[in-house]
Order: sequence, then C-alpha cells, then structure tokens
Amino acid sequence: MSADNLEQKYKPVHTNKTGGSPFTGITGWIDNRLPVIRMFKHEYLDFQVPKSLSYFWSFGGILTICLILLIITGLSLGMHYKPDTKYAFDSVEKIMRDVNFGWLIRYAHMNLASFFFIAVYLHIFRGLYYGSYKEPRQLMWLIGIVIFFLMMATAFLGYTLPWGQMSFWGATVITNLFSAIPFFGESVVTWLWGDYSVGDAALNRFYVLHWLIAFLIVGAVVFHVIALHIVGSNNPSGIEPKDTRDTVSFSPFTTSKDLVGMLVFLLIFVTVMMYAPNYLGHPDNYIPANPLVTPPHIVPEWYFLPFYAILRSIPDKLMGVIAMVSSIAVLGLLPWLDFSKVRSSVFRPIWKQCVFLFVLNFFVLMYIGAAPAEGIYLVIGRIATAFWFAFFFILAPLVSIVEKPLPMPESIHEFENWKKQGKIKTINIFSK
Amino acid sequence: MKTFFLKVNFIFIFLIFAFISNISNSKEAQAELLKPNWSFDGFFGTFDRASLQRGFQVYKEVCASCHSMSLVSYRNLGEKGGPEFTEEEVKAIASQYEVTDGPNAQGEMFIRPGRPSDKFKSPYPNENASRSANGGAYPPDMSVLAKARPGGADYIYSVLMGYEEKVPENIKLEDGVYYNKYMSGNKIRMSKPLSDGSVEYSDGTKASEEQMAKDVTSFMMWAAEPHLEVRKKLGFKSVLYLLILTILVYLIKKKIWSRIESKV
Repeated sequence: MSADNLEQKYKPVHTNKTGGSPFTGITGWIDNRLPVIRMFKHEYLDFQVPKSLSYFWSFGGILTICLILLIITGLSLGMHYKPDTKYAFDSVEKIMRDVNFGWLIRYAHMNLASFFFIAVYLHIFRGLYYGSYKEPRQLMWLIGIVIFFLMMATAFLGYTLPWGQMSFWGATVITNLFSAIPFFGESVVTWLWGDYSVGDAALNRFYVLHWLIAFLIVGAVVFHVIALHIVGSNNPSGIEPKDTRDTVSFSPFTTSKDLVGMLVFLLIFVTVMMYAPNYLGHPDNYIPANPLVTPPHIVPEWYFLPFYAILRSIPDKLMGVIAMVSSIAVLGLLPWLDFSKVRSSVFRPIWKQCVFLFVLNFFVLMYIGAAPAEGIYLVIGRIATAFWFAFFFILAPLVSIVEKPLPMPESIHEFENWKKQGKIKTINIFSK
Repeated sequence: MKTFFLKVNFIFIFLIFAFISNISNSKEAQAELLKPNWSFDGFFGTFDRASLQRGFQVYKEVCASCHSMSLVSYRNLGEKGGPEFTEEEVKAIASQYEVTDGPNAQGEMFIRPGRPSDKFKSPYPNENASRSANGGAYPPDMSVLAKARPGGADYIYSVLMGYEEKVPENIKLEDGVYYNKYMSGNKIRMSKPLSDGSVEYSDGTKASEEQMAKDVTSFMMWAAEPHLEVRKKLGFKSVLYLLILTILVYLIKKKIWSRIESKV
C-alpha cells in the first residue's frame, strides 16, 4: 500500500487550538492557551442583556454573593468547629466568645442562610411571575430546582451542627421521615445514622455532607449560569430582544444596577445580623442537645415551614413525605403544565392573580407550619396544600387555555415606551 | 380596581407575616412579660458596668450555689464590654475558688487556687450530682440562658419577679414545686431565689428584689452575649457605611443609565 492511500483513510485532527485571542502581550499569551479572559470579556463585559430588566433580576447576583460569603464564613467556622456530640455545642460557643470576631463570622453564617432563602424565594417568584421557566429556559429552571433541593439539604444539615435542642430533635424528626420508605425504611434510617439513634456518627457525617453539598451547589450554580448565558435573560416584557435598541451591554449597565440591588440587600442583612442576630433562629437551639428531653414544639427553620405544613397535612407518613417532596418537584413540571405562549404576567391578567394567590398560599402554609397540627390549623393546612397542587395541575393548564392575553408590544423598546406612557403596569417597588 | 386588588393582596401578606412572627410566643397564653428598660437594648445599647458588677455579686452569692456558668472564664470579668473588674479584682475573685488541676509530675491530681484563665467553677461535679442535690430538678447552666428562652432578658427578669404567695385554685402544686406567674406552665422547681436584702451591695445600692433581679439579668445577658457592645457599635458603623455607599452607587447607576435613557 502506498503512503498516499494511507493519508486518505484518516481525517485530519486539530488537538492544538491555541491562538485567536484579541489580546496581546502577557494577557494574549495566557488567553491563547486558556481562553478564560476572552470568555470573561465576552460573557461579562460585552454580553447583551435586555434593557428592561428590573431589580428583580438582581437576585441571581445577590444569591451568588450570598453563596460566596457563606463558603468563606463556613470555611472560617470549620477551622474551629468540632463535629463531636461532646464538644460541638461548646466549640460553637468558643467561636462566639474567644475566637477573634468569631461572633461576627458565626452570626453572619447563620443569618446568611436565612437571607439566602429570602433571596431564593424572591428569585423563584420572579421566575413564576414573568414566565422565566418557558421555552427556551426550561433546563435552567430544572437546574434551579435541583439547586433549591440541595440548598434545603445543606441548610438542614447545617442547622444540626451547633447541636442544640432543635438541632438534635429536628435531625431526629427529619431523618425519621426515611423510615416511611416501604420494606427498607428502618434499615435506611439506621444506615443514615450510622447508629441506632441520632448521635456522634450522625453528627460527624452531617458535617461532612454539609460541606460536600455546599460545593455541589457551587457546581449546579455554574451550570445554571452557563445555561443562562446560552438562552439569555428573560425580562419583564417576556419578549426576546431583537436588536441593540432592546439591549444594553452587561457592563457597566447591568453591573451597576446589580450592585445597587446587592448593596440594598446587604444593608438589610447587616442590620438584622447586627441588631437582631437571633431573631430568625429558635431560642431552644441555645440549649445543648438532650436526647432525654423533647421540646414541647419541634419546629424547623422558618424557610422550611411551608413544606413542613404540607408534610403534616397528610395523615399518612409515607404519603406526607411524598407530598412534601413533590410539592417542590412539581415546579419542574410547570414549563409543560403552563403552555401559554405569553411569558410575562404583565400581559396575563388571570395568571397574574393566580401567582399572587400562590404567594398568599405560601404564607398561609408558613403560618400553618409554625402552628400546632390540630383543629382549625389542620383544616386550613389541608386546603392550602390542596391549593398548592391545584395551582400546578389545574390552574396552570386551565388558565393557559381560557385566558386571553392583553395586547402586547412588538419589542422591548416599545414595551419601555408603553411603560413610560402608563399603558402597562409592572411591580413598582422593583423597577426604579 | 386591579391595583387596589394587588394592594389588598400585599396587605394580606404583611398581616400573615406579622402573625407568623408572633405565633411562637402567643401559643401558650401566658401573662405578659415584664419589660423593664434595659440599658443594652436599642441601636446604641451598652451594659451598665456597675449593674453588671452587682449582678455578678448576686450570681456569686445566690445563683452559683446551684447554677453553673461553665462557658464563662474569670478573665472575662475583666474584659472590655463586660463588668470590667480590674486585673487585681479578677485575680482576687478567681483565687477564692479551689480548682482541681493535674496530674502533676507524680501523676496525682492536686488542688490549687483559681486563676483568671479558669472557667467558672460549677457547684456540682456533674448533672446527676446536681439533680440529686436539687430533688431531681436540674438547675440549667446559665452561660447562654438569657438567649435560650423566648423573651430573653425580659423572661428571666419576669420569672425572678413572678413568684406569688397566692396560688390560683386551678393549679395544684406537688411537693417542692412553686407557683410562678411567668414560667411556662406556671410551675417551677426553684424556690424564690431573691428577696429584699439577699445580698449586701458593696457600692451601697439598696438591694431590693427588683434591683437584684435587674442586675443579675443584665449579668446573664452579658454572659450570654459578651460581645454585644462591640456588635452594636460595629453594626452602626457598617450600616452607616453601607447606606452612604448605596446612595453613591445608586447615583453612579443613574448617571450610567442616563446615557441610554435620554436616547430613547
């Protein structure tokens, strides 16, 4: 066989992709070999973003900052914390008393967890209200739900670490939910605990998993953001940008606006952290864990209350657990249950009211979650749980069919003009 | 009409939110807690040094016979933001206690006078000893007690002031149980700890029941939150800083956005 024939059999390869950098000098040298500088410029400086974004779109950035701060404060706490039932409570108190500014780091970590959830709830509300889950952003929405599940897991695990009364009893109640699994329930729970009760083995692994899941969240967030940069941001009009009249470049426009949003959020956070650091927590968690004394009311952290209410509204344990998990998972079906072509609630008069009712229902459930599961509370809780699922399975498809959307502008810049002329109403507090 | 409906919705949400924040307290219909004016309340709250020093005296002479405070060290008494005893006073206080240390070079435990670096000596070696000495009840450790009860300092103060001779008829007291107006469940296993003149204040303040309750509660609040003063001071500075920064950044943002908004 001749050499010519051999060459024809193989396709050329390009394993070496260096070059093509718009930069020169050292920057260019690096960028040619590792094109992150190019990517950063492309995705964060020149990136085109709809110009109509309100402050509701700052929560993505706010959540990123929260996550970074949580990891930094968590890292510092981890250097002093001891995951041992004998020493956990005292080691947290040592941080509060003897570590330089340990009280600040610990209060920051504790309150950031709560503010992370405040921001994520507003972020999800934004998605619901402006239809950010619709084509082509379904996958982003699904990754978001994964992040939310991970957040809940790591927040729960983190809450067990100070080993106070609520830590211990919360851990006992929540891990016991796994015993509802048919046939293997008991074995699964024992496997999770590494023992026959919540104790040293459990605390030690909770600490490890608290760390692990924190970094899994970082990973999921990276995918969430990559997906965002592929499909682009939704905006209050729900209309895709068409030309440069509809967009602004990410920097300095979005960056400056997001910075304002972040600072306002930070201001509220710092005020709460410095003046009411324990307001969002439960006083019982300053009592060291005692397996022999059950607190009169075992309540989870405030951000779990709506889902705790759903769990308790179902009389059967297994069904309750399924209802609780699916109450969040059902969000993932929304892109397909709501098939209206119009994204933004600004043009959807009926859906808009439904979303507000959903929010109202969320707070009702939160109230029920903190109340004892008896009498009238149980009845309200069941109605609210039914509404939660009805919102997705009945209202979403029904409204998609019945609703007649309002007349819509052709483009985002026209939308902006309509807004100026007062033809359409948006949520005011977030549009300054 | 539609905006009206939206507003009603928002008002609803706020009302419910207000309810939620109250529910944990209102569940057990209890007597309204006494709320004295605490010097450490508010945005610029600080501890009253003299009150903390008196409070320590009450703790030492009354509470400490049953209640431990195992997370606090004697040196803390001299630290800034606390009772601020002088170094000599702290040393003198610590040396009043006998601390077991060791093992020494011969492998034996020995007893020595306390040092400022020692933790507050507990009245009992362990929980069981404490229970057996107190008729089965366990006097809780007071290190973080002021943060471990709903109502915080107000609750502690109220319980101290809440002993009443006249027991309501619907409440039956077992042996060694006392009636307290503010305690959850109205029953407490601690006998009335403070009565006028329980201690003799060295600074000449009249040791009324109320005064002592206030002093010792302040002391417990400090023990639970030793960095409260620094926190509030730093809090004010950081809020002010962030406020100014936010306004400046907002102005920058407006300036930047005016570039395109004028074009439209």
